[in-house]
Amino acid sequence: MSVQTAILDYPEKEYILPGNRLCAGCGVAIAYRFILKALGQKTIVSVPACCVTILHGIYPKTPVAATTVNTTFASAASTASGLVAGLKATGHDGWKVLAIAGDGGTFDMGIQSLSGAAERATDFIYVCYDNEAYMNTGAQRSSATPAGALTTTTPIEPKEQPKKDFMQIMEAHSLPYLATVSCSYPGDVYDKFVKARDIVGTRFFHLSAPCPTGWWYPTRDTVKIGRLMVESCVFPLYEIEEGRLALTGKSLSIAKSGRKKPIDEYISLQGRFRKITPEQVAAFQKRVDEKWDSLLKRAE
Amino acid sequence: MEQTKILTGTQAAAEAARLSRVQVVAAYPITPQSKIPEVLSSYVERGDLKSEFVRVESEHSAMGVCIAASIIGARSFTATAANGLAYMHEQLHWAAGARVPIVMPVTNRGMGAPWTILNDIQDSISQRDTGWMQFYCMNNQEVIDLVIVAFKVAEQLLVPCMVCFDGFRLSHTLMPVAVPEQEKVDKFLPPYVPFHKLDAENPVGINPVVMSDPIGDPDGVLSPGYMGFRARLQQSLEEALPVIRESGREFGDLFGRFYDDPLHRYRADDADFLFIAMGALASEASLAADILREQGVKAGVLGVRVYRPFPAAALVEAVRGRRAAAVLEKAISYGYEGPLMTDLKAALYGENGGRPVLSNFIVGLGGKDVSTADLLLSARESIEAAKSGKPQAKPKWIGNEV
Repeated sequence: MSVQTAILDYPEKEYILPGNRLCAGCGVAIAYRFILKALGQKTIVSVPACCVTILHGIYPKTPVAATTVNTTFASAASTASGLVAGLKATGHDGWKVLAIAGDGGTFDMGIQSLSGAAERATDFIYVCYDNEAYMNTGAQRSSATPAGALTTTTPIEPKEQPKKDFMQIMEAHSLPYLATVSCSYPGDVYDKFVKARDIVGTRFFHLSAPCPTGWWYPTRDTVKIGRLMVESCVFPLYEIEEGRLALTGKSLSIAKSGRKKPIDEYISLQGRFRKITPEQVAAFQKRVDEKWDSLLKRAE
Repeated sequence: MEQTKILTGTQAAAEAARLSRVQVVAAYPITPQSKIPEVLSSYVERGDLKSEFVRVESEHSAMGVCIAASIIGARSFTATAANGLAYMHEQLHWAAGARVPIVMPVTNRGMGAPWTILNDIQDSISQRDTGWMQFYCMNNQEVIDLVIVAFKVAEQLLVPCMVCFDGFRLSHTLMPVAVPEQEKVDKFLPPYVPFHKLDAENPVGINPVVMSDPIGDPDGVLSPGYMGFRARLQQSLEEALPVIRESGREFGDLFGRFYDDPLHRYRADDADFLFIAMGALASEASLAADILREQGVKAGVLGVRVYRPFPAAALVEAVRGRRAAAVLEKAISYGYEGPLMTDLKAALYGENGGRPVLSNFIVGLGGKDVSTADLLLSARESIEAAKSGKPQAKPKWIGNEV
């Protein structure tokens, strides 16, 4: 179980300066701010084409005070592999390599390079911020889009297929550490990154990043939507360290109390689910329940 | 004491990488270059080459690894061919735009569809617009030498370079190769010093989004727009030929083999008719030139060793006053003609008189053997076209019998 850092003990240095080009209400920056605080100054970030590219700004200005290497859409993890190799070859010790990519650049186009880097036990941290569609290009469907959601390429018929279970895919790579984190629980983000920072090998994070622009909810509700995802076990918080699974934060509380919300409130607040059928809701709830039960069993 | 070994082209390329003390190697196999990563892996595992060896899962990732490692300041290397080269196409544009001095052998092979594993140069020709320099080797000696020269030139210009050599014809053919001595290579090619030093106290964002118009930085100083950056790449390539010549001369001073001429010339000085080709074909054309000379035709050969940057001035000067030339190419820009033909015609555009009649021959695609008889046919037709005043209407293909 991760050590819970007290708020007053967070490092004061800010790596993301006020004012950036992300959408109002974007969840990503909340988490990214804490990720960079956890990893510190000697960090190089690999950023493929995604919303985070936009966060990093337009030349010649950037609000992110971290060494960043921008790269092509499919290359977050191969770029990270190259950074790790280059640092080693040139005798640069003590640098951390972080790759941060969206669900498009992870579940879809980036899966090859991520799987390759992970299989090689490349010593880096990979974060997939998951806003459940190709949001940077206007909310087109990805394999992270949940069944029943409207996107700009499923504009009339909601997406049929369920969301890919990416944590299972990454677990199949024998990683020393992988975890789910949520923008609505930045303390949990910070603690897990502090823990992961000094583990050697490929560490993977699945970060839930609610998106008001693509999910169709008021910009002020991002933290609320993200919390609902955890409270209804749509997105449980857990970590797997050397194969041992532990629930964390709010999800651990729910496991103890049994107070798990049905998904209806979560779905009702988002415009992207306005055409979801009762059958799709039932199937969604069933998947959530089955996954939650399996996590509970394994965490025992 | 320089040793002569019997080496295949792939062995020569791997040896050159070892001598160049490459620091990061991205390894991925594709016929006919697979021996390159294999040989390098054994060098690394035996301790003969101190290098980070990344056994990537695709060519796209191979170039991704090289770009990132090069940005950090490591001398980076990978090799590929055909579909593998095509797979990394977007990364080639990225590497050139990112100004990283990667050197990459390409064992020229035809592109699918349909499948071929055999030789032509369509693969690298298709990449000629990416901003990479391109060298075409005539034999395995040039392979080992030009990889080393490529690193020196690439690191000076901050432009990546592909060193191309014909698949199977050179990659798999054993030839005597003088292996440069390590101490001399070290003298010729010092360690790579990157243009930016990593500094945690002064973080930078590399290769971000750049708008069309120049924008002021926080101090109000105008920074380049996208075109400004791309113009700088073009400028470096426009300044590249003298740098290549100088490095080629320096190499010659150290090793006795000079590469200060972007063109290989064989009996070309007094030739009325010229074969113009790239790669091993230029080497083979010298046989045909000898036969023509015996028949009383003043024939010669020009081999285009440096294709990008395009040695327009050197070529124009070399063909001036000749009557006819056969431009032999193992590639074509579909819908038009051979790329070398087009480039040469463009270079000759400003010439008033003294231009040879050019005839274009598409040969050797998919490994089709180009015989001396084929070359003699192309010579006859070229000379006839010049004599009759009836130039070709379109390129002639030799080798597609069915």
